[in-house]
Amino acid sequence: MEYNAGTYDVIVIGAGHAGCEAALAAARMGCRTLLLTMSIDHVALMPCNPAVGGPAKGHLVREIDALGGEMGRNTDRAAIQMRMLNTAKGPAVRALRAQTDKVVYQTSMRRVLELQPMLNLKQAMVERLIIDGGRIAGVLTRTGARFTASNVIVTTGTYLKSRIIVGDVNYEGAPHGQFPSVGLAESIRELGFAMGRFKTGTPPRVDARTVDFERMAAQPGDEVHWNFSFVSPTQAREQVPCWLTYTTPVTHEIIRENLHRSPLYSGLIQGTGPRYCPSIEDKVVRFADRDRHQVFVEPEGRETNEMYVQGMSTSLPEDVQLAMLRSIPGLEKTEIVRSGYAIEYDYVVPTQLRPSLETRAVQGLFLAGQINGTSGYEEAAAQGLVAGVNAGCRSRGLEQFLVSRAEGYIGVLIDDLVTKGTPEPYRMFTSRAEYRLLLRMDNADRRLTERAHRLGLVDDERFRRFESKREMITGERARLEKTSVPVHADVQRVLAECGSAELQRPVRLIELLRRPEIRYDNLLFLPGEHPSLPEEVRSEVESEIKYEGYIKKQAAQVERMAKLEAKKLPDDIDYRQVRGLSNEAAQKLEALRPHSVGQASRISGVSPADIAVLLVYLEQQRRRKQGADQGA
Amino acid sequence: MLGDTIAAVATPLGEGGVGIIRLSGSAALEVAERLFKAKYARNWRARRNYRLHYGHIVDPETGSTVDEVLLAVMRAPHSYTREDVVEIHAHGGIVPLRRILELCIAGGARLAEAGEFTKRAFLNGRLDLAQAEAVLDVIRSKTGDGLKLAVDQLGGRLSREIAVFKNELVQMLAEIEASIDFPEEDVPGSTLAEITGRLRQLAEASGELLSGADAGRIYREGLATVIVGKPNVGKSSLLNALLRQNRAIVTEIPGTTRDVIEEIVNIRGIPIRLLDTAGLRETQDTIERIGVERSRQAVALADLVILVLAADSGIQDEDHRVAELVLGKRVLAVVNKMDLAPHDVDEAQVMELTRAEAVVRMAVTEGRGLDALESAIASLVLGGRVTRGDTLLITNERHKEALIRARTHLREAVQTLEQELPLELSAVDIRAALEAFGEITGSTVTEDILDRIFSDFCLGK
Ligand SMILES: Nc1nc2c(ncn2[C@@H]2O[C@H](COP(=O)(O)OP(=O)(O)OP(=O)(O)O)[C@@H](O)[C@H]2O)c(=O)[nH]1
Ligand SMILES: [Mg+2]
Repeated sequence: MEYNAGTYDVIVIGAGHAGCEAALAAARMGCRTLLLTMSIDHVALMPCNPAVGGPAKGHLVREIDALGGEMGRNTDRAAIQMRMLNTAKGPAVRALRAQTDKVVYQTSMRRVLELQPMLNLKQAMVERLIIDGGRIAGVLTRTGARFTASNVIVTTGTYLKSRIIVGDVNYEGAPHGQFPSVGLAESIRELGFAMGRFKTGTPPRVDARTVDFERMAAQPGDEVHWNFSFVSPTQAREQVPCWLTYTTPVTHEIIRENLHRSPLYSGLIQGTGPRYCPSIEDKVVRFADRDRHQVFVEPEGRETNEMYVQGMSTSLPEDVQLAMLRSIPGLEKTEIVRSGYAIEYDYVVPTQLRPSLETRAVQGLFLAGQINGTSGYEEAAAQGLVAGVNAGCRSRGLEQFLVSRAEGYIGVLIDDLVTKGTPEPYRMFTSRAEYRLLLRMDNADRRLTERAHRLGLVDDERFRRFESKREMITGERARLEKTSVPVHADVQRVLAECGSAELQRPVRLIELLRRPEIRYDNLLFLPGEHPSLPEEVRSEVESEIKYEGYIKKQAAQVERMAKLEAKKLPDDIDYRQVRGLSNEAAQKLEALRPHSVGQASRISGVSPADIAVLLVYLEQQRRRKQGADQGA
Repeated sequence: MLGDTIAAVATPLGEGGVGIIRLSGSAALEVAERLFKAKYARNWRARRNYRLHYGHIVDPETGSTVDEVLLAVMRAPHSYTREDVVEIHAHGGIVPLRRILELCIAGGARLAEAGEFTKRAFLNGRLDLAQAEAVLDVIRSKTGDGLKLAVDQLGGRLSREIAVFKNELVQMLAEIEASIDFPEEDVPGSTLAEITGRLRQLAEASGELLSGADAGRIYREGLATVIVGKPNVGKSSLLNALLRQNRAIVTEIPGTTRDVIEEIVNIRGIPIRLLDTAGLRETQDTIERIGVERSRQAVALADLVILVLAADSGIQDEDHRVAELVLGKRVLAVVNKMDLAPHDVDEAQVMELTRAEAVVRMAVTEGRGLDALESAIASLVLGGRVTRGDTLLITNERHKEALIRARTHLREAVQTLEQELPLELSAVDIRAALEAFGEITGSTVTEDILDRIFSDFCLGK
């Protein structure tokens, strides 16, 4: 029996990392928002590794935070270890990574959802999307509840027709003993969306009491207390180490002997897996000359003995999993808590989406997260945020909210997905960002927070803090530019300590900072007054000055591209009628319907000549319209 | 892209006379200023619009004078494109004209795309709607001359050389990027010194490629062009006609020419080393046999072959043997003696036989078709479809421009590394170099790097 269960502005299906951000963003923009999950107890579940961040992913988290999202703050709350990676490299690729307590991550995210005004969290299995004349109208649950809304965001992760595979055993199932979403998958397929099948996997977890840590190398957190969020309180946290060990030739022998039992090689698994996350059997086969592979043993939380065995992702049968683990130093007597598995699932080909993550086929229907063929918590959360904001904008009659490739990894992520699609589960790498030097962790707020504030995603208090930080940066820069350093014995001593050449004549502080061997913090040892500034301010001042030449180069490129990005392509162009386009370009443009000439220029098969034709066409249309307006 | 500064030769390439190079965009004046030394008005930039300034183009790197020129300045919006426009009127013919264009590019301009000046004029409101169609025609008509096509025509040789560069750079970037994106995995990496050394070598090698690209070389040494054909088709007559003097003996007796005759001739400003050879046929005569052997050697060293057929005899067995001999060479086919057989041999047959770039019909003794032949030779050379000797001759401006940029980026990468700046900065330059090479042969940089990372390194959890 169906019944009318209520009306919302925005409905989000699925409360994983994408769904949580989507629902929070919509609610924070003032939309009546409903978040539906199959299991309230599994909100913000981390079914794979107990970590957030790292290169590119950490950048995404900072951007989510700068846009008022929750992932950064929640990670700070749940972190049991933090490390800054790539410290020996430049500031653009320095990246924070946290080990998290998975349970704390879930409970604290659930608490945030519960406390959020305008947001209702409900447990329900959505069976079908309700469509009315090409627009989304609501959802229907298995128990007959009909929720009405003109914006629906689907963030069902790997749950669409998912199948779990361990050795020769396979069954319909979802991570952590949950159920796959079959009705919804059908409902999406019926709408005519092109779909694909991907595969991913996870390693076994072991009991800490059965691990001999003496035989492994400890990997402690940094002594500095980092945060992902620009607003989390600086806090000392007690940190828990991770442990490093290696596979042995015996491990590899066990794997080789049992390859015939691997579903990867028996053909049972058909979905495409990610190259950057190979199973251990894959690594042993493809890199046969390597005699060992790294294995990190990571705690899944403070209050549990369960430990994640990073590097040992596998879908070999359980008995083989145990045998190969026990061939690794420190794991000789280990017991498995849960075994590793592979999971296959349906995803929707993301080139069917607009950059707002709204589907082109159904107005008001948004897709975000792993359903779009991505992998990773961070990638999912970023999309969730963008979909949530855009559903909010649509509901409130605002223009769509897009992050460009020059503004953030979020922009790179979404532009790649909707323009190129993805041949394997998509993971963010810093090398995907052509303006990498501009997209630093330290300036995420300067890139995005002002826009977030205008939409109400960031409150006034936070915005004031941001502004004061921005002022500190400009002020400090100005000081470095005008303060002169005299030729003085104390100065020469500091320079000598940094391995830097003596001064021959007085110079400005900024010139010293431009020397590669001198860091900002070294300047503080020079004689004279120095302001005491927060770490993030110092780091940003340093980045901008040290890499000024390169930053300017990239900024100039951005500026040139910006002109093409600003040229919008109307939705209703009939590309087959545009004279002068090559056939291939017309076909691709017809199928992908890019929103701007900039996006069009990134479609493979669209040449510079085609772009020139499009520009001329747009100008023709503009003048015709102008002529018609004047004539009327 | 919109807004950057573009440059191109604005007049058809021809021998002698004035040639114009046009610059348009916000940096047009700056680019010109770097090259132009005014004779009188030192502060020519400050002068009124629409003035001609007399002076010289000087290579800023070497300080040597390239040509004597007149410079016209038209400031935005009072120009054809409504952007700042500078026109350089040069007098020295094709060599200095191309050199000036190269200097403009080295100075920061970009080679204009087909129809780009007109496109800008339209987008900036200079042309009216009715003219838009014409703009589209220009854009479309020239796209056949795209980069890749030209590369294919080079028989893949340039692509192969470029592929070597690209492969090295992708490898280098894969290492750098893997170390950035997977900081905790042991990526086998080269040391900074190794990377710097490799980059320096690559910069040098691309310099060598560019020196082959130097059009001057062809102009110094001449393009080795060999006239071949069976006896009596009119080869020597053709040589004389091109030289405009009676250099070789011409008789109606087949087998007149017994040795290779060599002369330098200037065709549309391009110096050609023209070789007339003994007619190729099976023969018992010892002297003639030696002559035929020399003809073969000449063909082997030729940059371009002119294969002469005769319309009155049609295609015969001997023509087939000649065609076999020149297989793999750039060939222009001449069907001579058109006056004797107005309904001559079929064009498709000639193409099939000779695999020629073009077929030119002539009646040498009547002076017919000479013009067409000269045009065909010039466009082959200027289109970058003919190479000089062993080094790759890159006469295509677009290839050359991309190479110049690639080399600049490689040098910048080396500088950055030498200053011990972090790797991700030099990665910007290396990537830019890779993209520049990719413009010649086509590539997808990010995907190429990721593919390499995952095929070479064992990464991932
Ligand atoms: N009617 C006519 N006769 C031509 C033409 N071109 C050349 N001839 C004549 O053909 C004869 C052979 O000309 P050559 O130039 O000596 O021919 P070749 O190919 O150099 O001959 P070998 O050196 O003997 O191989 C001469 O009598 C020329 O006058 C032409 O276009 N029309
Ligand atoms: Mg002769």
